Amino acid sequence: MSDTEFLDRVDFAARTGNDPHRVKAAETFRAHGWPTRADEAWHYTDLKASLRSFDLTLPGQGAPDVGGMIPRTAMPKVIFVNGRFDESLSDSSRFVRRFDDHASARADGTRPLVSLNTAVANDGIRIDVPGGTDGGTLFLVSVTDTPCQDMLAPFHRIAVGAAGSLTVIEVVRGAGRYMHNVVTEIALAEGAVLRHYRLQDESIDAVNVTTALVDLREDARYEAFTLNYGAKLSRYEAHVTLSGPNAAVHLNAAQLLAGTQHGDITTVVAHRAPHCASRQTVKSVLAGSARGVFQGRIEVAQWAQKTDGYQMNQALLLSPDAEIDSKPELEIFADDVKCSHGATIGAIDPEQMFYLRSRGIPEAEARAMLIRAFLDEALEPVTDDEARSIFEAAIDVWWQKGVL
Amino acid sequence: MLEIKGLTAKIDDKEILRGIDLTVPDGEVHAIMGPNGAGKSTLSYVLSGREGYEVTGGSVLFNGRDLLAIEPEERAAAGVFLAFQYPVELPGVGNANFIRTALNAVRRARGEPELDAVAFLKEARSAIKALKMPDDMLKRNVNVGFSGGEKKRNEILQMALLKPALALLDETDSGLDIDALKIVADGVNALRGPRFSALVITHYQRLLDHIVPDRVHVLAAGQIVRSGGPELALELEANGYAGLEAA
Repeated sequence: MSDTEFLDRVDFAARTGNDPHRVKAAETFRAHGWPTRADEAWHYTDLKASLRSFDLTLPGQGAPDVGGMIPRTAMPKVIFVNGRFDESLSDSSRFVRRFDDHASARADGTRPLVSLNTAVANDGIRIDVPGGTDGGTLFLVSVTDTPCQDMLAPFHRIAVGAAGSLTVIEVVRGAGRYMHNVVTEIALAEGAVLRHYRLQDESIDAVNVTTALVDLREDARYEAFTLNYGAKLSRYEAHVTLSGPNAAVHLNAAQLLAGTQHGDITTVVAHRAPHCASRQTVKSVLAGSARGVFQGRIEVAQWAQKTDGYQMNQALLLSPDAEIDSKPELEIFADDVKCSHGATIGAIDPEQMFYLRSRGIPEAEARAMLIRAFLDEALEPVTDDEARSIFEAAIDVWWQKGVL
Repeated sequence: MLEIKGLTAKIDDKEILRGIDLTVPDGEVHAIMGPNGAGKSTLSYVLSGREGYEVTGGSVLFNGRDLLAIEPEERAAAGVFLAFQYPVELPGVGNANFIRTALNAVRRARGEPELDAVAFLKEARSAIKALKMPDDMLKRNVNVGFSGGEKKRNEILQMALLKPALALLDETDSGLDIDALKIVADGVNALRGPRFSALVITHYQRLLDHIVPDRVHVLAAGQIVRSGGPELALELEANGYAGLEAA
C-alpha cells in the first residue's frame, strides 16, 4: 500500500514546526497523490508503482549500527542516521545549525514530492556561510539502516553569502527497505561559489527522490556533480535558477545502474538574467535490464540575452535489455543566445576493446577502463581531491560487483 | 618460435587466408610483403585474436602453445604484440595509465611483480627519450589528437615497454616521414636479440632498409607465393607484384 492515507496517521499539530503551512502542503499532496506516469514530469519514472509494495511509516527513533557506512575523512562531517541528525557522530561546525523550522518555503504545489517533504520533514540542517568567508569542505552524510518501511524526509538549506565559498560532499548510503525523500534549498548570493558533490549509494531495496532547488545571484557559481549508484529507484531532480547576470552553473551527473535498477536525472535550468552560462554533461551507464532517464530543460527568459547554454547527455548500454529514455528540451524566448544540446546512445566500441585486450588487459578490466573513460567528462567539475577519490572508488568497484 | 601451418581464415564468408605456412625462429625478423588485399593485415589480426575472423583450418603454435585457442590478452601475456596499422583513439584514457595498466596486466599474468607509478614513469620517460617523442606524450589521452606519425611512435613506445617476444608490425611505416621511419626502425632494432622475433608487414621496401629482415615472404591472394633473403625485397621494389599470383 502506498497511498496517501499514511498521512492520516500523522498528527500535524504535534509535530515540530507545527504550522498551517505543513497542513496545507499535506492537503496539496493528498489532493495530487503520488506521481504516476500520467504526470508529464514523471512520465518515464513510475514512482507510485515502485512504492506499491511499501507500507510507509514515519520513522521512530533508533540507533542502528551504521559505522561502516560513514566515509573516513579528516573533514568535518554532519551525519544523519535514519533521517535524523546524529549529534554524537557529527562534528560541530560554526556554519551548521540543526533545523528548527522544517517547512520548505517553496512548496508551491507543483512538485508533489516537495509538498510531501514540506508536510512531514522532521529534521535537516542549515548551512550558512557568511559573505566573504570560505566555509571549507563539509561532508553531509546520510546513513540508513532500517527494517521498517520508513519514509525519511529531511530538508536542508545551504546559503553562501556574497563572495563566500563552500564545498559540500554528500554521501547517501543505506541498508534495508525505505523511502528517502530529500529536499535541499540552495541560495548563492552575489559572487558566491558552491561546489556540491553527491554520491547516492542507497540500499538496493530503497527508493530515493532528491530535489535540489538552487538560486544563483549575480556572478555566483554552482559546480555540481551527482552520481546515481544505488537504490531500486532513484530520481535526482535539480531546478537551477540563474537570477543574476554572469551567474554560472556546471550541473553534471552520471548514473551507474545494473540489474533492474531505475535511475532518473531530471534538471531544469532557468536563465532569468542576461550573460549567464550553464553547462551540463550527463552520462548513464546501464547494465542488465537497468533503465535510465534523463530529462533536461533549459529555459531562457526573454530578457536573458547573451545566454550561453550547453547540454550533453550520453548513454552507454552494456546489455541489449538496458534502456535509456532521454528528453532534452530547449525553451528559448530571447533572441541573442547560444544554446546547444546533444544526445548519444551507444555500446562499448569493439575496436577499443580489442586494442586494450591486445595489450594484455583482461576483458573485464578493459571494459571498466572504457566505462571510466566514458564518465570522464561528467566528472570534470569534481576538483576536490576527497570527493574525487570517493567517486573513483565507487566507479572502480562497480564492475567488480559482478554487474557486467 | 612461431609456427604457422596450413592456416585458412575467412571474414564474412570470404576466404582471405588460403593456407599459410610460415615459421619464424627465435631471434629472426621476417618481412611479409604483398599487394593490397593479399591478406597481410588479416594475418596479423588472426594472430593477435581480433574478433570477426573465422579460422577455418590450420594451426598456429607460438613457443609450442596453441595461439588460436587463447584470448587476445593471453596472447599478449604470452609475448605477442601487434603494432596497429590504425592505432585506436581512447578519449578519456590517459596514455600513462593505459600503458601502465597494460604492462602490469602482462606482468601479473607472467607472475612478475607490478610496477608502481614511480618506477613505471622512470621506465616510460627513458623509452620516450630514446624514441625522441615529446614529453607530454604520456599525459595526453591515448592517440587522441595525435598526428599519424605520433600514433605510430606511440605503438613503438608501447612495444618498447611491453618487451614482447613476437612483434607483429602491421604497415607501421605507412604515413611516416623518413625521420619518423628511422625512429620507429630504431625502436624495433633495439629489441632485436635471441629472444625477440618479428613479422614486419609492409607494402613498400623502404622500411626494410632500416629494419633489415632475415627472410622476406611474399603474400598474394592469401598464400605465401615466394620466400627469400633481404634481396627479394629489392627485387619486388624493382619489378612490382605483378605476375606473382601465378608463381
